[in-house]
Amino acid sequence: MVRKVAAAALLGLILTCAHAQDKVLRIVPHSNLAILDPIWTTAYMSRNHGYMIYDTLFGTDEKNQVRPQMVESWTESPDHRLWTFKLRKGLEFHDGKPVTGDDVIASLQRWGKRDAMGVALFGFVDRMDSPAPDTVRMFLREACSFVLDALGKPSSNVPFIMPRRVAETDAFKQIEDYTGSGPYVFVKDEFKPGDKAVYIKNKKYVPRKEPPSGSAGGKNVYVDRVEWNLALRDGQAQVNALKQGEIDILEQVPFELYESVKSDPNIQLPDFDRVGFQYMARFNHLNKPFDNVKVRRAVLAAFQQEPFLRAQVGVKELYHTCASIYTCGTPFASDAGSDIQSKSNMKKAQELLKESGYDGTPIVLMKPTDLAAIQKLPDVAAQLMRQAGFKVDLQAMDWQTLVGRRAKKDPIDKGGWHMFLTAWQAHDIWNPISNAALDCRGEQSGWFGWCKDDRLVELRGQFMREADPAKKKKLAEAIQARAFEVGTHVPLGEYRVPMAARKNISGFFVANGNLYWNIKKN
Amino acid sequence: MAVLVFLLLRLTPGDPAAILAGDAATAEQIDRIRASLGLDRSIEAQFAIWLGQVLTGDLGQSFYYRMGVATLIGQRLEPTLALALFTLVLSVCVAVPLGVLAAWRHGGWLDRGLMAFSVGGFSVPTFVVAYLLIWLVSLKLGWLPVQGYVRFSENHLLFLKHLILPSITLSFIYIALIARVTRASVLEALGEDYIRTARAKGLPETRVLLRHALANAAVPIATVIGIGIAILIGGVVVTESVYAIPGLGRLTVDAVLARDFPTIQGLILFFSFVYVMVNLLIDLSYAFLDPRIRY
Repeated sequence: MVRKVAAAALLGLILTCAHAQDKVLRIVPHSNLAILDPIWTTAYMSRNHGYMIYDTLFGTDEKNQVRPQMVESWTESPDHRLWTFKLRKGLEFHDGKPVTGDDVIASLQRWGKRDAMGVALFGFVDRMDSPAPDTVRMFLREACSFVLDALGKPSSNVPFIMPRRVAETDAFKQIEDYTGSGPYVFVKDEFKPGDKAVYIKNKKYVPRKEPPSGSAGGKNVYVDRVEWNLALRDGQAQVNALKQGEIDILEQVPFELYESVKSDPNIQLPDFDRVGFQYMARFNHLNKPFDNVKVRRAVLAAFQQEPFLRAQVGVKELYHTCASIYTCGTPFASDAGSDIQSKSNMKKAQELLKESGYDGTPIVLMKPTDLAAIQKLPDVAAQLMRQAGFKVDLQAMDWQTLVGRRAKKDPIDKGGWHMFLTAWQAHDIWNPISNAALDCRGEQSGWFGWCKDDRLVELRGQFMREADPAKKKKLAEAIQARAFEVGTHVPLGEYRVPMAARKNISGFFVANGNLYWNIKKN
Repeated sequence: MAVLVFLLLRLTPGDPAAILAGDAATAEQIDRIRASLGLDRSIEAQFAIWLGQVLTGDLGQSFYYRMGVATLIGQRLEPTLALALFTLVLSVCVAVPLGVLAAWRHGGWLDRGLMAFSVGGFSVPTFVVAYLLIWLVSLKLGWLPVQGYVRFSENHLLFLKHLILPSITLSFIYIALIARVTRASVLEALGEDYIRTARAKGLPETRVLLRHALANAAVPIATVIGIGIAILIGGVVVTESVYAIPGLGRLTVDAVLARDFPTIQGLILFFSFVYVMVNLLIDLSYAFLDPRIRY
């Protein structure tokens, strides 16, 4: 009996020591994780969860070039209508089953029903098949130029590859099975929403040989376990915990605490995001007076970017103005057509508004009071618009109320709206297809505001079909110029949100997002 | 209560479907999600379904977490219960002796000090107390962790270490409340004839205070402890947010922000139930504290 007890105690001690020796990476993500299906929602937290446990056919590197990931090789027929992808050897789901072409087809089909770029791509797809377990063929009705851009799409919704049995779930229902083939395995039993999410190293994962870069390259894992602390949501408490070494990585440092974090000798600010985010003001094109292009252009002239950035970000090294609606530093960035904003001033805005015949209708501007990342923008917008001659009805509400209200197409007297301001991660808006604000099919548009412009629809269609990179760039410029001309929305400058980590954490790479492979804990 | 909670939530602006769908979702996608949550039905129909569930002991399914509300509450109960019990014990242990001493030394420095503390305890917001304590005890002195919660079953010592600061934070207002009422009740008792008689009999002052004055002042003190449960519930929401404790308070904040109607409804019913039960127990304890009371 004594021996048994002693043996049990020894075993317990060994297990405890083994657990204590595990390298655990403790991360405070930027928000709560509630939805575990990254195809069902566009929430960035769900996307980041997806990157932990799933893999993708292609990735996008730090220079914004699409690179193969699960794909070993691929070919494109001379008429650009048949694409053949061959999968890498050794790809395996967490349950030990191999990744096959059927899994890929089912995953892409589900993604193609939810994601804006996926929907656009599947508008061209005639059919897909898998002539061999490691091969997938995509037959297009007509050639389109963004097959690889769509499959390597780095931000929501990312075309993650799931087992066929999971991917066959209705695209409008959330999945229940979180089996992936990515570098980490999700520990469902330890998931407590609002408390923590746990991932362990996928020991069977075969990383690519290339160094990590963006969402492409080798996904080597050097820790045993990653814990996302979902309970720690207060900015000051997050920074305190990082300073005390209770956490290893803080995904987003509040701007007001940036200097305090920067001056701490035990904390580093890894350079992981080169393109950052863009602020944006969006008009509701359905409601007067923003159904009038001249009124929208008056706003464009009034909204100089610097005041927004100074008020909201405040830290000079974290923001910059940018004339491009695709975000600066990305392949299609240019200043085409931006003079209306970048070379205007308040006098010009006042003149434009006078010419527009604006009748003094109060502009319902929605201000989220609880979202620190954008809550100061509407105050600046209201002030600038008043200076230009608008009457502004600045309505304060929490972000979730705003999210609900902006989906309404109703007129103002029935709870409608005129304008809201938001922020986009660069990779969501960096080309004319993924940039939701450029979808101008009126009430059929995929994003709130419902702009209508046949010329933009036509130009986007040409962009989708054009294969020549130089011509694509020209088309992207033409689309941007047209967007400024008709005032689809207003870009309000760009910023980076710094990530902070303890100095014993290394292996950060330019990811333009929060990706946790290659990270070492010493 | 159930009707009121249900209607208030439906009148609150905000759309759970839009929140769930994410920032780039289309209006059509949001409509489909709304239908899948049953929010496209009339309010009467939604209420009938929910009431039917509640009457059978089913608090429904969380929109946001896609788990049973009862399961969610069960997962988050331990941290809140531990925090509330620690706070309650700490508050009573500190506030009652303080109140008795202040009454005994009525008008003296202890009495005035207690009054000043009470004003401070009521006036200073819980989050300010929390940040000050974190700054001093955790950041400057490094004695205790700044955030988090460790379950009792995982590590007893860490469990205690993580609860000390939140409990002290939350107990400030509670100590102020109980100490003031204790002082007032004991002060009133000390002016009664039976106290004079006890002293005339030559009983030691400690016995006079505890056996006669405090015992007779116990009913109002017990009452205020019960009423204070509401303050405790409110304080838990703030304290859990600042100290990152994954309890019911934090769950309430998340549920409200996500317009997770079933979870909010379940939590309010749960808190109401706890409040009523605690006050029922307090009422029943009157018979024990004062033999003249009979039910």
